[in-house]
Amino acid sequence: MAGAHAHPNYVKIWVLLLVLLVVSIIGPELGIPWLTLLTAFGIALVKTYYVAAYFMHLNFEKKYVWFLLLISTVLLGVFFFGVAGDVMKADGQNWQDCISNNTCAEQQRYVDGQLR
Amino acid sequence: MSMQGPLATSRSATGIPTGRLAVWWLLASEIFIFGGLIACYILYRLNNPWWGGEAVFTKVPAGAFNTFVLLTSSLFIVLAHDAAEKKDFDRAFKFIWYTIGGGLVFLLVKYYEYSSKLFTDDPELLKTPLTNTYWSFYYTATGLHALHVIGGMVIMALISFDLRKGFNPHRVELIGLYWHFVDIVWIFLFPLLYIAK
Repeated sequence: MAGAHAHPNYVKIWVLLLVLLVVSIIGPELGIPWLTLLTAFGIALVKTYYVAAYFMHLNFEKKYVWFLLLISTVLLGVFFFGVAGDVMKADGQNWQDCISNNTCAEQQRYVDGQLR
Repeated sequence: MSMQGPLATSRSATGIPTGRLAVWWLLASEIFIFGGLIACYILYRLNNPWWGGEAVFTKVPAGAFNTFVLLTSSLFIVLAHDAAEKKDFDRAFKFIWYTIGGGLVFLLVKYYEYSSKLFTDDPELLKTPLTNTYWSFYYTATGLHALHVIGGMVIMALISFDLRKGFNPHRVELIGLYWHFVDIVWIFLFPLLYIAK
């Protein structure tokens, strides 16, 4: 076990997670972009923290386990930003960018985001 | 099964029992598997605003219910861990099977969602992995996640009967760490695939 430590009240953590779940569903319904980002994805990060810290006992684990997991996440970020330049910037003469000029076959099924 | 358990349960060269350290390594590698998939999804989503038009076909109530189910099953497995620590093996056994039940409910809801998209006569509602890249991502991410749920349920069932006899109670914590990770993956898949329209 993760060393001798006082156990948190797991049911309280669970109730808190359910409250966060409700907020993450209601927030995006209001249709405000920044609020959607905050409630859908910001709260996902908060929920992850509570599950990791209290259910997985990371708060009572050796500190290097945090580093082990964070290094994996940081390296993933390197991958993300490493390829983002290629994926997001569609300039160039050697390939055709059907996304930006809206000619991809699957885009033809939509007009202004709505199915034809 | 030996009463003493494998060496990994007692050896602790790094300050953490070797079995638990191995699970942390496994989870670190899983970050790349699911994280890579999610990172690719975000990149493509930013480049394809029209994916929002596909996301309306996912069922938010079903996804939300499944999030509730997984969060609750995470509570059950941590209560099983707590009971195993207190050597209350019958209670730990019970909570492990509640967790397996949670996994089963999750998969049934997933089956309902999949079948409503794959086995419909309405061409507008028919969504297969080949429909377009949004649905390729949807089925790859949720399918891989569902496979992890099934794997966790099988392992929990296998260890539960030893646990009831008092053998290898540390395994409850190990499978618990894995199950919580599966829960965390869903915490990210839910807003990405269901909420962001």
